[in-house]
Amino acid sequence: RHQQYIGKVKQAVFSSQRAGRKRVVVSTEENVIASLDLRHGEIFWRHLLGADDVIDGIDIGLGKYVITLSSGGSILRSWNLPDGQMVWESSLQGPKHSKLFLLVPTNLKFDKDNVLVVFSNGRLHAISCIDGEVLWKKDFEAESFEVQQVIQPPGSDLIYVVGFAASYQFEMYQINAKNGELLKHESASFSSGFSGEVSLVSTETVVALDSTGSILLTISFQDGKISSQQTPISNLVEDSLGPAVIIPSSVSGIFAIKTDAVAVFIRVMGEGKLEVVEKTTHEIAVSDALSISEDQQAFALIQHASSEIHLTVKLAHDWDGNLLKESVKMDWQRGLVHKVFINNYIRTDRSYGFRVLIVMEDHSLLLLQQGEIVWSREDGLASIIDVTTSELPVERNGVSVAKVEHNLFEWLKGHMLKLKGTLMLASPEDMAAIQSMRLKSSEKSKMTRDHNGFRKLLIVLTRAGKLFALHTGDGRIVWSHLLWSLHKSEACQSPIGLNLYQWQVPHHHAMDENPSVLVVTRCGPSSDTPGVLSFVDTYTGKELSSLSLDHAVVQVIPLPYTDSTEQRLHLLINADKHAHLYPKTSEALSIFKREFLNIYWYSVEDQNGIIKGHALKCKCTGEVADEFCFDTRDLWSVVFPSESEKIVATVTRKLNEVVHTQAKVVADQDVMYKYISRNLLFVATVAPKGSGEIGSVTPEESWLVAYLIDTVTGRILHRVTHHGSQGPVHAVFSENWVVYHYFNLRAHRYEMSVIEIYDQSRADNKDVWKLVLGKHNLTSPTSLFSRPEVITKSQSYFFTHSLKAIAVTSTAKGITSKQLLLGTIGDQVLALDKRFLDPRRTVNPTQAEKEEGIIPLTDSLPIIPQSYVTHALRVEGLRGIITVPAKLESTTLVFAHGVDLFFTQLAPSRTYDSLTEDFSYALLLITIVALVAAIFVTWRLSERKELQEKWR
Amino acid sequence: MAGLGTKGFVLPGKTSNVKVILNGGQIVTYLRPDGYFSFQNIPAGTHLIEVAAIGYFFSPVRVDVSARNPGKVQAALTENRRGLSELVLEPLRDEQYYEIREPFSIMSVVKSPMGLMVGFMLVVVFLMPKLVENMDPEEMRRAQEEMRNQGVPSLASLLPGGGRN
Repeated sequence: RHQQYIGKVKQAVFSSQRAGRKRVVVSTEENVIASLDLRHGEIFWRHLLGADDVIDGIDIGLGKYVITLSSGGSILRSWNLPDGQMVWESSLQGPKHSKLFLLVPTNLKFDKDNVLVVFSNGRLHAISCIDGEVLWKKDFEAESFEVQQVIQPPGSDLIYVVGFAASYQFEMYQINAKNGELLKHESASFSSGFSGEVSLVSTETVVALDSTGSILLTISFQDGKISSQQTPISNLVEDSLGPAVIIPSSVSGIFAIKTDAVAVFIRVMGEGKLEVVEKTTHEIAVSDALSISEDQQAFALIQHASSEIHLTVKLAHDWDGNLLKESVKMDWQRGLVHKVFINNYIRTDRSYGFRVLIVMEDHSLLLLQQGEIVWSREDGLASIIDVTTSELPVERNGVSVAKVEHNLFEWLKGHMLKLKGTLMLASPEDMAAIQSMRLKSSEKSKMTRDHNGFRKLLIVLTRAGKLFALHTGDGRIVWSHLLWSLHKSEACQSPIGLNLYQWQVPHHHAMDENPSVLVVTRCGPSSDTPGVLSFVDTYTGKELSSLSLDHAVVQVIPLPYTDSTEQRLHLLINADKHAHLYPKTSEALSIFKREFLNIYWYSVEDQNGIIKGHALKCKCTGEVADEFCFDTRDLWSVVFPSESEKIVATVTRKLNEVVHTQAKVVADQDVMYKYISRNLLFVATVAPKGSGEIGSVTPEESWLVAYLIDTVTGRILHRVTHHGSQGPVHAVFSENWVVYHYFNLRAHRYEMSVIEIYDQSRADNKDVWKLVLGKHNLTSPTSLFSRPEVITKSQSYFFTHSLKAIAVTSTAKGITSKQLLLGTIGDQVLALDKRFLDPRRTVNPTQAEKEEGIIPLTDSLPIIPQSYVTHALRVEGLRGIITVPAKLESTTLVFAHGVDLFFTQLAPSRTYDSLTEDFSYALLLITIVALVAAIFVTWRLSERKELQEKWR
Repeated sequence: MAGLGTKGFVLPGKTSNVKVILNGGQIVTYLRPDGYFSFQNIPAGTHLIEVAAIGYFFSPVRVDVSARNPGKVQAALTENRRGLSELVLEPLRDEQYYEIREPFSIMSVVKSPMGLMVGFMLVVVFLMPKLVENMDPEEMRRAQEEMRNQGVPSLASLLPGGGRN
């Protein structure tokens, strides 16, 4: 199952084509540019630009080209609107960094060619719309000049560039749009300085705020002459509180300012006089202006009321008259309206109709028209932070009578419809009903646990702070919940969702409780801001409780212990290295006390190149008497020399991984014992010089070192250096092996290496007699100080593609052989059998080794197109791959997420424990019937023959 | 800082979904309608270009941008180390993502081990009695007698009705 998203919309431009399907072109925070169907919200085409190529502005030129400005204003591209084919690309350079403006004047012609005006990097460019050629350019090199607005008054050949110099000087340049000639340059100084944005109220007037944020400056530059007027905000608003900011908007004649509590709309009268038109304390969002006729501009305003939003469309010069006033019921789970885009259409009665595209706090995109939500897209799912899974409820046998009756009626109705369908009598609505009923009743999408464990809920935390539950059967959203703990509040300024943990997974004796997940949030970008925990029921999506912590959350350690209600114990480490135990119950504390000495963890400080091991010491001393707070102590530390090594990757085994057998029988009937420890850490370091991009270092200056470290003792079990290699390193750890992917500069190819680690100390235990006689060393004490006897085997292979993510399949019992899942640069997921990454591969395997399934050694790993689990689909912007075991041993569930979502089931060694979906039951039945018939026929024949024999 | 403009390729189908990727994602660009692509502001050194196109397998290309002669570019496929005189990228092979499902045929059933066994059984059940019947009755009796003498149950006696004459 594959779902396509685009992300939170930054900017939207409506295509004004008369004919054909209505489209809207959007750019998003996921760096996607997409063309959407305005009727249904489907994606016509979409492109994900590179990570360093952030889209700064979009527009439509000549009605058929989508123009995008990206990479800080240095790349301008044009795309064909109908099919998304790139038409041209040009690169714009300039002397310095500056604000960016992309203007597409409709009437600025240049030999039948439309001209684009781009201001970027301190340079003004005029660019041909057809082939992207730069027609002229003009530098604004005065050192301190900061551009604030670029204005092209319609109907004229002039361009105005206005900005501030040295923060108190207002500068205005008038430029001829035909050739870039500087016509006029005026400046005026304002002693009070400027702050923040400027708002354009007409083509020749701007409004700015002074540096204190309390005085409004109205600056007009009519005919090249600068005149200004100062108005203190307190004159306009009686109880003005604190400094104000200007809300960016482009509605002519009106601008808005916002203080802490209120938003004020102000109209600019002639000669710089200001007048307050509306004051509101609601949350508001304003759209840009839309010209609906020669001299009329309309804009949309959205205000929040409790469970509704009020949409008003007004004309710019007439505040009190509303063109449109609608109220739309809005699910409060979508949060506030963040952005509004307005578009008009002509109704059948020749009046104007308006449709509005709104972007909500949860990143969803909705189209409102005639007071209704026409379509909505859950684009928050394009930015997933963390994923976990939850089981569905167990099917209950006792069903009430009413339900049965209801079901019976439904059943009858369904069958009537189906009958109609087969008799070709069904109307299109009936067909749709049949379809949806089929979907609902199909095994896959039921809301109960299934025998094979294929049906699960994927609990997904998005960047918007919304939690979604997706059904693995059909990918639908079962519930979604905007976390209030992730909502901006006074205590928590800019909450960031961090991780999801399985808090309560009831089974056995706590079956009545619903499972729940723990969401860990941090109140700001730095790691010492306080955290918030919230607990969410995974069946209903209700937030059970939330907890504002008085300490930061640097690390969360799920402990392998649960209390009597199956709540898992978690240890939260704060910035001062205190450990806090959750849940805060006495039962949890007593369990914890019992295991007090067995708890170890490690921390990685990438910046300093230090890995430290920790253990608990005693109860917190000093400040607060909290039973659940503990002091910690450092056990060991591994310090990497900062001049030669930099940590680029650390990987451990998955906590819930199951290993079926410790022993591995090799070809000559010998046994090797896997060194299986939960406390193994793989660390990769590269030379600091080689931590940049490919091609920035020579092979001689770059190396990569891989370590295996025991996180309890801090002992380095294995260390290997790859000379002439560099990152990025992607690694995955499973059982007793680690596979990592890096770049080999000598061969100039990607390489993958495998390290397997075996336990030698138990190699003597092979003799059965020794075991029987009790001479084995299984019970001999192991000491922290004795070096574990391990041997490692490793091998490297070339691999064609760059990787974005790597994962390994996981199954319920760990019997099934493993496959590596590689997220390639082409946004596909490739399954590669672990047997290709077996360090025991040789060029000419012996007969015995062949029987064991060892593949002859080749220098590169094969890429078999059929083993792409995504087939011909792309998981655009792939970021992570998650594998979850199904109950059926052969099968593993795979969820890949990026901008798109992809979910599938994999059977690494084929489905040996169940019949495949394409198993032909008919053939089986036919065979049985044929056999029964044959038995009867032969029986008859034999009887007849017997009779004949007897008559003879 | 050398600009790198390169000639691309023309695929038979749509080119709007083909991405050209420099150095594992550092810069991503798309193709123009004529199949050309370009990277701007590439420092001199050795780089890697990859092509992501659904349905085609492209080898990554090693590109050396010369520091001494600006604009000079050397390219080689990394998969087979073949040098390219011009930077024209061609797919090494097409990719089929779906396995062709074997159509059901009677032959595949017959050919399978089970099918062969069933076939053999049928042969034994229906043809053997015929063989036995076609034998000369005299000879058959002799053979049966011989068998009886040897105390081995005859084939005929195992067959229905065969042993009771």
